[in-house]
Amino acid sequence: MKIVAIDKKDWEKSLDRLRQSYGLIGPVKDDRYHYFRKLSEGQTPDFDFFNTRTSAKEIVYPQSEDMFEYTLDPTKEDYHLLKEVEKDYSPKAVLGIRPCDAKAVALVKLNFDTEEYKDPYWLRSWEATTFVGLACDAPCSTCFCTTAGCGPYHEEGLDVLLADDGDRYLAKVLTEKGKKFIKAAGWTEEVDAAERFESGKAAAEDKIVSKVSTENLAAADTLALHGNEQMWEDISFSCINCGTCTFVCPTCWCFDIQDEVHGKQGKRMRNWDSCMFPIFTVHTTGHNPRGTKLQRVRQRFMHKLKYFVDKYDSGIMCVGCGRCVQQCPVNIDIRRVCDLMNGYGAKDACAVEG
Amino acid sequence: MSALSPAIQDREELVENPYLPYPVRIDDIVVETEDRNLKTFKFVFLNEQDEKKFDYHAGQFAELSIPGKGEIPIGIASSPVEKGFVMFTVNKAGVVTTHLHNMKVGDIMGIRGPMGNWFPWEMLEGKNVLLVGGGFAFTTLRSSIVYMLDPANRSKFGNITVVYGARTPGMLLYKSELIEWEKRDDIDMHITVDATDDPDWKYNVGFVPPVTEEKAPQGDENTYAIVCGPPIMIKFTQPVLEKLGYTHDRIIMSLENRMKCGIGMCGRCNIGRELVCKDGPVFTLEQINQTPREY
Repeated sequence: MKIVAIDKKDWEKSLDRLRQSYGLIGPVKDDRYHYFRKLSEGQTPDFDFFNTRTSAKEIVYPQSEDMFEYTLDPTKEDYHLLKEVEKDYSPKAVLGIRPCDAKAVALVKLNFDTEEYKDPYWLRSWEATTFVGLACDAPCSTCFCTTAGCGPYHEEGLDVLLADDGDRYLAKVLTEKGKKFIKAAGWTEEVDAAERFESGKAAAEDKIVSKVSTENLAAADTLALHGNEQMWEDISFSCINCGTCTFVCPTCWCFDIQDEVHGKQGKRMRNWDSCMFPIFTVHTTGHNPRGTKLQRVRQRFMHKLKYFVDKYDSGIMCVGCGRCVQQCPVNIDIRRVCDLMNGYGAKDACAVEG
Repeated sequence: MSALSPAIQDREELVENPYLPYPVRIDDIVVETEDRNLKTFKFVFLNEQDEKKFDYHAGQFAELSIPGKGEIPIGIASSPVEKGFVMFTVNKAGVVTTHLHNMKVGDIMGIRGPMGNWFPWEMLEGKNVLLVGGGFAFTTLRSSIVYMLDPANRSKFGNITVVYGARTPGMLLYKSELIEWEKRDDIDMHITVDATDDPDWKYNVGFVPPVTEEKAPQGDENTYAIVCGPPIMIKFTQPVLEKLGYTHDRIIMSLENRMKCGIGMCGRCNIGRELVCKDGPVFTLEQINQTPREY
């Protein structure tokens, strides 16, 4: 695969060139943390970060998104008729997305791009986006990507993979979208730097010491795993159902559809939702199939680590980014839960170590 | 779940926005029950070609869509053999259904669908079919009965037996049709009510499970039961069917869960790996037994 070199002195200039064809998005520091933001004229992405506070999923899949609009004025001819909302699907490029977040986009695509139905909002947005990744040479202590089907130089879901090489960036072109992007950027200096990617990858992977075990999940008995109330009681005991884990997770895709009305104008929109909330599943009768936090916590982990594994045969629905581990206010750790589920049947399984 | 998931048809939704409802006009509203909490709405598509696109089978559901209020998944009560309209019987319960109950003939709203799988009609050909229904969970069963009794279809099925119960005579849905079906000799009807002081009531009195035990045919390899009703009815009907010899792969049920998208994407209606909206709502008891039963 083609690799080009970009002198860091030319970086800003090439971003200006790219802006003529793409809306640029990149990590920006917001007092304490990095977040993905639209880069305004002259603004450069800040690559001095471990990972962004929230995932990159919102680039393709906004937290809140209009679907339709309509009038509730009965004197209007189009009264009560839903109309598509005009949207901006012009080309955009996300710079500096970590390989874990890019792989997550590929996993989420399995949900929105199916044989029977295509989600037009997600797919159009995804088609319009070029994913320019930044390899992770300095992973966090909570990263466990290498055992979650991903890695610091993982290429799945990316169009271009950038690696920091001192006073230059190296860009590995991975797809047709990537080729177009490189061309628009004016990056033409082809180099033979495959070795840098190989050695960088090996060195970065060595730095990831945190691991999960997943080899028994596919063969595990769903009902036995689900029915192990004691294990789930133990795991969910401290959960306060705040939903932070689902909010920051790059692979959580669940959404709600709501109508919102202002005067006689209405819109139908979709918003991120969370399986941690009781209202997610409550019936109109008041009956709730997942009315307890044990049931909700179990749903989250069973979905990620068992149902998804069985349904798609594409590994776990987790890329090991570690955000939920870092940000859970009560220290529930998916690595521990994964190991418990994977080792289910083994003696003395307990969510609390030591 | 392959046995009950027929091949997906090459529907228009593949290229169109699956969240965009077909515009419809309310053509007729019938108050079904004495408590006035159940109304049947007949809808006509504003665009004629949409009716062709809304190509459904008995057992499927659709999202009724009211701008400004939201959407609600409801089983289709009309039958694919009835042309020119679609029909839904709706219980007044939440925001959308309460608003719908206040709407009038001529009002415009939307329908999105058809959604989900359906009763396994191809598999049921040549078989005896027992339908057990309770309360207002009789809508897709009505669709099924009308489908099977259609002159073009009746010969495809063996004996058809129906056990349908409600709390009182005034709570039965589709009363004039029930009485018509009672008179026919190609369908074995057993209507029942929990209790009544009506001296003219000439049908059964008693809960659905004991009436089923008394009237339903024995289960065998050529007989299938389709059961739709409130959880309490299902709970007590299952042992009756087992006693009659129905194996779990011949007991067919339709599940409900909270839904939003109806097309398998929004993530809330799952029972284990199965999505009630897309892999269901129709499952055999054998299939349900293999799920965590979160419904």
